[in-house]
Amino acid sequence: MSRQDFDRRSSQGDRLLSVDGLNVEFAVPGGTIRALRDVSISVETGETLGIAGESGSGKSTLALAIVRYLDSNARVPSGEIRFKGRDLLGMSRRELQSLRGNEIAHVAQNASRALNPSLTIGEQIKETVELHQDVSGNAAAMERVYEVLHQVNIPDPEGMVDRYPNELSGGQQQRALIAVGLSCNPELLILDEPTTGLDVTTQAKLLDLIEELKAEYDVGIVLITHNLGVIAQIADRVNILYAGEMMEKGTVREVFEEPANPYTQALLATTPELDKNKELRAIPGQIPELGSIPDGCIFADRCAFATEECRSGDIDVETVSPTHQTRCRRWETAVADPIETGTATRRSSTPGDVILSIENLVKHYDEGAFLRNLLGDHQPVRAVRDVSLTIREGETVGLVGESGCGKSTLGRTLLRLHDPTTGRITFRGTDLASMSKAQRREFRSECQIIFQDPEASLNPRKTVNEIVPRPLRLFTDLDEPAREERVEELLDQVNLSLDLKTKFPHELSGGQQQRVAIARAFAANPSLVVLDEPVSSLDVSVQASILNLLSELREEYNTSYLLISHDMGVIESVCDRLAIMYLGKIVERGTLEDVFEPPYHPYTRSLLSSIPSLDPDDDTDRIRLEGDVPSARTPPSGCSFHTRCPQKIGEVCEAEEPPLEAVDGTGGDGEAAHCVSCHLDREEMSRPLDDI
Amino acid sequence: MNTLYLAKRVVIAFLSLFIVSSLVFGMTMALPGSAAEIILGTQQTEESVQQVREEMGLNRPLHVRYLDFVVGTFTLDWGQSLVSDQPVVDLIAPRLARTLQLALFAMLLSIVIAIPLGVIAAADRDTIVDTLITSVSYVGVSIPSFVSASLLLLFLTTPPLDLFPTGGFVPFSEGFVPWLRHLILPAVSLNVIIFAYVLRQTRSSMIETLESDYIRTARLKGLTERSVLAKHALRNGLLPTVTVLAINFGWMMGSVVIVEEIFSYPGMGRLIVQAISERDLPVIQAGILVPTAAFIFANLLADIVYTYLDPRIQLGEQ
Ligand SMILES: Nc1ncnc2c1ncn2[C@@H]1O[C@H](COP(=O)(O)OP(=O)(O)O)[C@@H](O)[C@H]1O
Ligand code: SF4
Ligand code: SF4
Ligand SMILES: [Mg+2]
Repeated sequence: MSRQDFDRRSSQGDRLLSVDGLNVEFAVPGGTIRALRDVSISVETGETLGIAGESGSGKSTLALAIVRYLDSNARVPSGEIRFKGRDLLGMSRRELQSLRGNEIAHVAQNASRALNPSLTIGEQIKETVELHQDVSGNAAAMERVYEVLHQVNIPDPEGMVDRYPNELSGGQQQRALIAVGLSCNPELLILDEPTTGLDVTTQAKLLDLIEELKAEYDVGIVLITHNLGVIAQIADRVNILYAGEMMEKGTVREVFEEPANPYTQALLATTPELDKNKELRAIPGQIPELGSIPDGCIFADRCAFATEECRSGDIDVETVSPTHQTRCRRWETAVADPIETGTATRRSSTPGDVILSIENLVKHYDEGAFLRNLLGDHQPVRAVRDVSLTIREGETVGLVGESGCGKSTLGRTLLRLHDPTTGRITFRGTDLASMSKAQRREFRSECQIIFQDPEASLNPRKTVNEIVPRPLRLFTDLDEPAREERVEELLDQVNLSLDLKTKFPHELSGGQQQRVAIARAFAANPSLVVLDEPVSSLDVSVQASILNLLSELREEYNTSYLLISHDMGVIESVCDRLAIMYLGKIVERGTLEDVFEPPYHPYTRSLLSSIPSLDPDDDTDRIRLEGDVPSARTPPSGCSFHTRCPQKIGEVCEAEEPPLEAVDGTGGDGEAAHCVSCHLDREEMSRPLDDI
Repeated sequence: MNTLYLAKRVVIAFLSLFIVSSLVFGMTMALPGSAAEIILGTQQTEESVQQVREEMGLNRPLHVRYLDFVVGTFTLDWGQSLVSDQPVVDLIAPRLARTLQLALFAMLLSIVIAIPLGVIAAADRDTIVDTLITSVSYVGVSIPSFVSASLLLLFLTTPPLDLFPTGGFVPFSEGFVPWLRHLILPAVSLNVIIFAYVLRQTRSSMIETLESDYIRTARLKGLTERSVLAKHALRNGLLPTVTVLAINFGWMMGSVVIVEEIFSYPGMGRLIVQAISERDLPVIQAGILVPTAAFIFANLLADIVYTYLDPRIQLGEQ
C-alpha cells in the first residue's frame, strides 16, 4: 500500500505513459523485421489516445511492447517506455507481474480467442480481483465481479458469471474481456481493436461504454483500431502509424480537419462515409515488408505527393502546430492541396427484366431434430421467415442487418446451396424446384457467390491458374488455349499481375485472394453474383479497391449483385436498392434514397445512427439498441423488433405483425416501392431523433 | 447441459458393441468347414461332429443362433467352454480382472509420469530439459514391447539385480507389496510405447495451448507462470491427451497377449492363447469380444471426461 502511495506521489508531474523513440525488431529466418521504428507516444490520465493504421502497421506490437509481452524472437534495440516515471523496460519479472492486470490492463484483440474457453466468465474475472486486490473471502471477490460486469453493461451479471465464453455473443465476449481488464481499477487501459468484427449497433454501445469508463475512472486509454470513425468519435488525440513509423499525431480535431500527412489523407479518402456520396479512393499498392527498410520515406511508393526528394535520407517529424506533428517533407503541399474526396456520380441505371425472384421464402435449420424431439420440446432455427424479393438485370440489391439476422442464409438459399423449407424461387421465369438437369447446370453457371473469407473459399492445394478457369471447365466448352486466354483476360480485369498465376492462395494477401475469388466468379459470365460480406475481412484501403473493382465489373458484364453486408457505408457505395433484414424478415426496402432518408423503420434508423462519423464535431443524438438480436429459435411475437424498438407503441406491436407495405399509402408494393413493416404512421417514422 | 451429447455417445457405444458381436458371429460362420469340424481338428468322425453340433446348438436355424449370440453378448452369456465345461464368463471374469489391473496400472504409470514430463517439456520448450525428455520418448516409441519385456526380465529378475519375480500374479488380498512386485515389470514393458505417445501428445498440445491468445490474457493479468499453467493451460492442453489415452488403452488390450505370455501372467492374453491352441471356440469368441468392448467403453469414458473438461461440446451446435 504505502509503496504505491509513494509511487503515486513521486510520479506527480510525470506522464502516465510515455514511449520514446521505441524500436522493436523480430528475428526471423533470413533477417530481421523492423516492426517499430522510432515510435513515441504519450498518454495522460483522463484521456483517450487513438492509434490507427492499416493492419501490419505495428499497432498490436506497440500495445504488447508496453506490457512487455513481445514474442520471444523480439528485441528492443533502443527506446524507452516509462509508466508513471518508472522504466518499464528495466523491470524484473516480479515487478511486471504486479503491474500487469493491476495498474496496466491490456485488452487483446479478438475476444473470442482471448478468453479461456474452459473457465466461466466469473472465474476469469474473479481471478484478477483475488490476485491484485485486498479482498477477503469469496463473497467480497464475487461482489466486485458483479460490480464490474454491471459496469460494462452485461445483462444479468448473476447469470453471466456461470457461463462459458462460447455461450456469449461477440459483443458480450468483448464486454467480458473488458471487465477482466477493469476489475482492478487499472490506471492505463489498452484496448486493441475492441470493436473489430462487431455489428455497428454493438460497436456503438461499446464506444459509449469506453467514454463512460474514461469519465468514471481515473484512467488513461490507448485505443487501437483501424476504423477512423471510431477514433473520430471517442479519442482525444490520435497517432497514425504506417509500416512501423508514426506518420502523424495530434488532437483528433486537427488531424481529421486538416490532415497534414498524405497517408492520413489517403486513409480518410478510402473510408466510406454515409450520406456523403463519397467516391472511395483506394490507396494504391500495399504495406511493404519490413525486412529491408528503403532509404527515404516508407510511404513513398504509395504516396500521391511523392517526389524524388522523398526517396533519400531520413524523414524527420515536423511541427504543424504545438499539438500537431507530421512525418512528411511535403506536408505543406499536402495541406494546401489535399487529396480530394470526390463525389461519386450515382449511377442512373435502368434495370432490365427480373432475373431472380423469391416468393415467401422460408428456411429453417433443424439439426439434431430427431434426438432433440425425443428429449424434450424442440424449436428449429428460423433463419429466414417469409421473404420475398426480386432482382433485375444489371441491378445491385443490398441486404443489411446485424449478424444472426439470416442474411447469409437467404443468400445461400436463393442459390440453392441450401434447400428452402418452403417458398418459391424463380430464375428467368423458371421455378428452381422444377428445373431439368440441364437448366440447373445453366443456373449454376449463371449464379455465383463470393464469400467473406476468401482464403477459406479457395482450394489451398490449387494454384491461381487452376482455380480461376474451373467454372470454364465446368460450364463452357472452351478448349485449353481459349481458357488460358480467358484466364489472362480475367486476371487483368481484376488487376492481378500474371506472375501470380502460379501462386497458391496462402501465398497471396487477403485482397489478392478476394480478387482471385472474384475472377473465378466472373469466369463464366454470370448474370447474378451473391456477395456475402465480400470486404469485411479486409483492411479499409483494400476494401475500397475491391468495391471499385466490383463496380467496374458490373458495368462491364451487366451483372446483378446481391450484396450482403453489415456495413452501411459499403452498401451505399455500390447498391441501387436496399433491403433491411431483422430476425429472418425484411422490415424495410426501397431505393438508397428511400431507406437513408426519413421515413425510417425504427430498426433502420437505429442502424444508421450507430455508424460513427468521421467528423469529430458530429455529436448528433444516437439511438442505442438494447440487448442483442433475440434467438431465431423463438422470435418474439407480433413485430419481432418489439423487444428492442425505441419507438414501440405498445401492445399492438407485441400482438400484431405489421405487414410490409408501401409508406406512401398507395398500397402498391411493387419492388421499386418504399416499403416498411411497422405500425407507426409515416409522420412518426419521420420524426427527428431528439423527439424519440 | 451435455446430457444429450452423452446420451448419444452411450447409444453409439452399445451400437458398436452390437456391430462387433455381429461381426464375430459372421466370422465364425465364414470359417472354412463347420465350427464343429474346426473344434475337432483331425480327430473328427461323423458322430463326433454331430455330437459337437448338438452340444453347441449348431443345428438350430441361423437366425436363432445369431439372435442367441448377440443377446448373449449383452447378457454375458457366452456359452460353455468346450474344454473345461465351465461357463465362459466364469473363465473370463477372473482373468479379465487381472488383465485390467495390469492395464490400468500401466495407464496410471503413464498418467503420473508421462503427462507431467510432457508438461515440463512444453513449459521449458527448446531447453536442455525439453531435448532430454523428447529424445528419451523417441527411443521409447521405437522399442517393441516384447523387446522391452525381455530386457527387463534379463536385467531385473536375475542376480545381481534380482529385484522382481520373473512372472506370475499374486492377488491384492495377499499383500500390497507382493502384488505390486508382480505387476511392475509387465506394466512397465506395456508402458514403454504408450508412455512415449502420451508424452509427445501432451507436449505438443501444451505447446499449442501455451501459444494461444487466452494464455497471453492470463499472463497479462499478472498471474505467475505456475498459475497460468495450472489454471489456464492444463485443462485445455490435456484434452487431446485424453483421447490418446483411450486409444492406447485399446491398443494395450491387444498387446497384453505378448506381455502376459512373457511374464506368465494369468490374464486374458494367456487365456486366449490357450483357447486357440485348444480350439475352444466359445472362449475364443469371448476373447475377441471382451477386449473390443473394453476399447469401446474406454472411448466412451474418454468422451465423458472430455465433455467435463471442455464445456464447448454440444450436439448439433457449432
Ligand atoms: N513474432 C513476430 N515475428 C516476426 N514478425 C512479427 C512478429 N509479430 C509481429 N510481426 C510483424 O510486425 C509487423 C507489425 O505487426 P502488428 O503489430 O501485428 O500490426 P497491427 O496490429 O497494426 O496489424 C508486421 O509486419 C508483422 O508481420
Ligand atoms: S515525405 Fe514524400 S513520400 Fe513521404 S509522405 Fe511526404 S510526400 Fe509522401
Ligand atoms: S411495429 Fe412497433 S415495435 Fe415494431 S418497429 Fe414498429 S413501432 Fe417498433
Ligand atoms: Mg493488430
